Amino acid sequence: MINKVRPHPTQNELLLFEASSPGKKGYQLPPLDVPAVDPAAALGAGNARAQIEGFPEVSEVDVIRHFTRLSTWNYAIDLGLYPLGSCTMKYNPRINETAARVDGLAWAHPYQPDSLSQGAMKVMAALEQCLLEITGMDAVTLQPAAGAHGEFTGILLARAYLEARGNPRKKILVPDSAHGTNPATAHMAGYAVENVPSNERGMVDTETLLRVVNEDVAAMMVTNPNTLGVFEQNIVDVARILHDKGALLYMDGANMNALAGISRPGEFGVDVMHLNLHKTFSTPHGGGGPGSGPVAVKSHLEPYLPLPRLQCADGNWSWGYDRPDSIGRVRAFYGNFGVLVRALAYIMAHGGDGLKRATLDALLNANYIRKQLEPYYELAYDEPSMHECVFSDARQAKRGVDTMTIAKRLIDYGFHPYTVAFPLIVKGSLMIEPTETESKRELDLFVEAMISIAKEVEENPDLVKSAPHSTRTPRVDEVTAARKPVVQWKRSVL
Amino acid sequence: MYPIYPENYRYTKEHEWVNVEAGVGVIGITDHAQKELGDIVYVELPKVGALVEQGKSFAVVESVKAASEIFAPVSGEVVEVNEALTGAPETLNADPHGNGWIAKIKLSTPGEVAELLSLADYQAFVGAE
Amino acid sequence: MLDVIGVASLDDLAAHLPDAIHFRGDLNIAPGQSEYEIMDYFRARGAENVGAGGAGGWASFLGAGVYHHYRPVMVDTIISRGEFLTSYTPYQAEISQGTLTAIFEFQSMICQLTGMDVANASMYDGSTGVPEAALMAMRVTGRGRVLIARSVHPEYREVLRTYARFGGIAVEEFGFDFATGAIDVEDLARKITKDTAAVVVQSPNFFGVIEDIKQASALAHEHGALLVDVFSEAVALGVIEPPRDADIVCGELQSFAIPPSYGGPFAGVIACKEKFIRQIPGRLVGETKDAAGNRAFCLTLATREQHIRREKATSNICTNQALIALMATVYMSVYGKEGLRELAVQNLSKAHYLADKVKRRFSGPFFNEFVADAGRQDIDEMQSALQAIKIVGGLPLRRFYPELENSILLCCTEMTRRERMDQVAEAFA
Repeated sequence: MINKVRPHPTQNELLLFEASSPGKKGYQLPPLDVPAVDPAAALGAGNARAQIEGFPEVSEVDVIRHFTRLSTWNYAIDLGLYPLGSCTMKYNPRINETAARVDGLAWAHPYQPDSLSQGAMKVMAALEQCLLEITGMDAVTLQPAAGAHGEFTGILLARAYLEARGNPRKKILVPDSAHGTNPATAHMAGYAVENVPSNERGMVDTETLLRVVNEDVAAMMVTNPNTLGVFEQNIVDVARILHDKGALLYMDGANMNALAGISRPGEFGVDVMHLNLHKTFSTPHGGGGPGSGPVAVKSHLEPYLPLPRLQCADGNWSWGYDRPDSIGRVRAFYGNFGVLVRALAYIMAHGGDGLKRATLDALLNANYIRKQLEPYYELAYDEPSMHECVFSDARQAKRGVDTMTIAKRLIDYGFHPYTVAFPLIVKGSLMIEPTETESKRELDLFVEAMISIAKEVEENPDLVKSAPHSTRTPRVDEVTAARKPVVQWKRSVL
Repeated sequence: MYPIYPENYRYTKEHEWVNVEAGVGVIGITDHAQKELGDIVYVELPKVGALVEQGKSFAVVESVKAASEIFAPVSGEVVEVNEALTGAPETLNADPHGNGWIAKIKLSTPGEVAELLSLADYQAFVGAE
Repeated sequence: MLDVIGVASLDDLAAHLPDAIHFRGDLNIAPGQSEYEIMDYFRARGAENVGAGGAGGWASFLGAGVYHHYRPVMVDTIISRGEFLTSYTPYQAEISQGTLTAIFEFQSMICQLTGMDVANASMYDGSTGVPEAALMAMRVTGRGRVLIARSVHPEYREVLRTYARFGGIAVEEFGFDFATGAIDVEDLARKITKDTAAVVVQSPNFFGVIEDIKQASALAHEHGALLVDVFSEAVALGVIEPPRDADIVCGELQSFAIPPSYGGPFAGVIACKEKFIRQIPGRLVGETKDAAGNRAFCLTLATREQHIRREKATSNICTNQALIALMATVYMSVYGKEGLRELAVQNLSKAHYLADKVKRRFSGPFFNEFVADAGRQDIDEMQSALQAIKIVGGLPLRRFYPELENSILLCCTEMTRRERMDQVAEAFA
């Protein structure tokens, strides 16, 4: 019995290029109040373009209907639980959208003189203060545009710090449970990557770490809680072992949603870390972005932060460029300001208490799911769960059903799949993160769906294997897409 | 077992095969490997003239969700690559021990071949894996 | 729920944290506030950004990579739909066809706009696209040096230097022609070698001047290097020739309905010729069929990306600017073939109207930005005088170019009114 969904009509739709007809318009410009200039005369005939071949020609209502129809083909948080582990798909409060659209914020130009931009700087300064309070770190830059960009910035900071002490060193340690961005980042920052195997509890093993850490190690990148949703019990020792060898501890803050208000990285030995404002602080994922990846550091890394830095004298905010040790800019201007506004609005709505309560509610929801699914799915590691829980498909695999298949069947029950096949240290993993914003009713529907699928696997595995059955689009042929890539629309030759 | 694993090929524990004739080794991946990888969508071929070393990565075979390095079973110089795989990577799935060959290498250290697995050894290895 | 789990209280759920690092204090953050209070705070901060968005009758002549273009209301209407706003990266194709289809249209429109064959589904912004394009050119050519024009946006160049300092890219700059404001081709010819992976130019460049891409790419190709063309004012492509001779195009789409928002979030994009598709960073959407035989879309060539190839990926980028790219897609759809051209001609006409009334520093052809020569006037005084009549009078260039003392970069868009341009002209007189 599927309680959450019923069939619902969705419409077919042409691509805009196919729906175009010559001369159709969806815009209106005011009359030009200066003499019109002839492009060929002003630019030179060779520089002037005739027309944009293939560009759409549609009306306003065409545009609205087109994108509205497309939107109905998406799943979204606004439609229900979105249990992607490690992605923190929580409800996105709409006031954050309204706040970011306040004219004076949305239309502020980054080169407007500092004296005319005090409001924007105050917003950024307020957010910096909140993030430092939450992380227990000493300084923060809001410049990085996303988590991976924050990682890159953070590793450059470590590199600059070590370089100033005479040796940038050669490699970055990464646990085998790490996000793929960690090794990719280390490589971009000019480091070799060494994978460190986790212990039988799925955590960083201090014995192993002692063996592999040496004077070539610049830093270790640790996600805490890790990608199993488990708090690294030895994190203080991990930090000490690294520091004893002159290496730094980098924390990937992707899972900060499990810590805000109950544990501060600055107090467990982290030297540098990034936050994902689009996860912990609920700025919308938007189908893949934008995000924001502030990087917080302890004081010894502060001189290396990207420039410019916010500074205040006599109540006047300005941008400081006199930073001789800075790694330089990691992007133009000051960061994804619009995302920063949303994150600050989120923090203001919660307050200190509310942030802690949100964290505990995230733990509550994850453990509630875990407890009820344990009889049906193989728990990967029997350690206390924080904000997410990780199962494996070991039991279902015996019936020929793997995690991807279960995920696809979950769609029929009206849910977005959990994270499939990650972390890599769990074969056939199901990584479930409900977040704090789900009600008991929605969680119960999810648990019911997962249990129902587990039973189907036993009784009628073919039903599961051929899922999804209810979607507008059945499974797509990803193999042909990759073998013969078609990445732009072309008018078919009749 | 289909397709046939030729008796005269030599195999590696990384699931490559090599067929040496007149000092040139034709190299590919085994049927077992292609089954594990699933539908192959792209093969990153080495450059002709490149020098490869036994056990080092010299090509990459991609499925939709994985990129797997192919390690050279023997050392030497790449003298020919199977350009046909670029347009038809599915050949690697269909005929891994024949038309799905990846490259030909002129052996620099012919003695290396003796270290490789015979068919019987390889099949025992796959059976135990 | 606590009973089901078997704990007595919420706090017990965190009881397993090591005692020494279990934070039991209260965060020093003010108690939660209501919607009304929060909006009040942000409205007050907005008001402190004096004149932003024309508030209080202000006019701005700032451009320099961030442009004041009108935002059709349809853009926010569409991107505010929860199905776009609150969905994740479209990994599950069956329930993500909306985002996937829109991205495919985005990629197609960027290709039409730039004359390239492949466009990725966004980079963070134009500035971070530059080092990504440089790294891409290095992978393609197997070379390690990048030559970038001094007429490329100064902050884009700074970002390239940061990436280069640690990522093994040797970066060298070449100059611009003091008469035309375009690249100094002789300087480029002197500096290009057989080790050059990429020549990076911007058109229209930071001074607003349109570069000769054909000539620059011919020179690059002669030496086996790739030509990377950067753009920061996308509306220009409505009326100027697309950079068909470039190998890689790296652009900033802020002009396409993306609010200036004090510098972000924007959307960058990298586009390239088909033969370089395997080296492009970021996400790509491809067309395919579903099991019922209908057209469908999915993320493709994912093996280039970090979640699969880890340290061997083409980039570490994961989260990108998808929703912002959707803004640009809606904008391109609204204006369309005729509209983007008409819009571009309005920009061109306004800028030429003002340029004809002041002394231009450079003679090269320009789109909606140009460098004005303030002559013997004190720039600070002039800016203050303009601010007194509620005008932000462009960007003094000495901050980025000591050699361009007394030069101001002025930008006019379709939003700039004639009487305000007359006032600026008067200040320069």
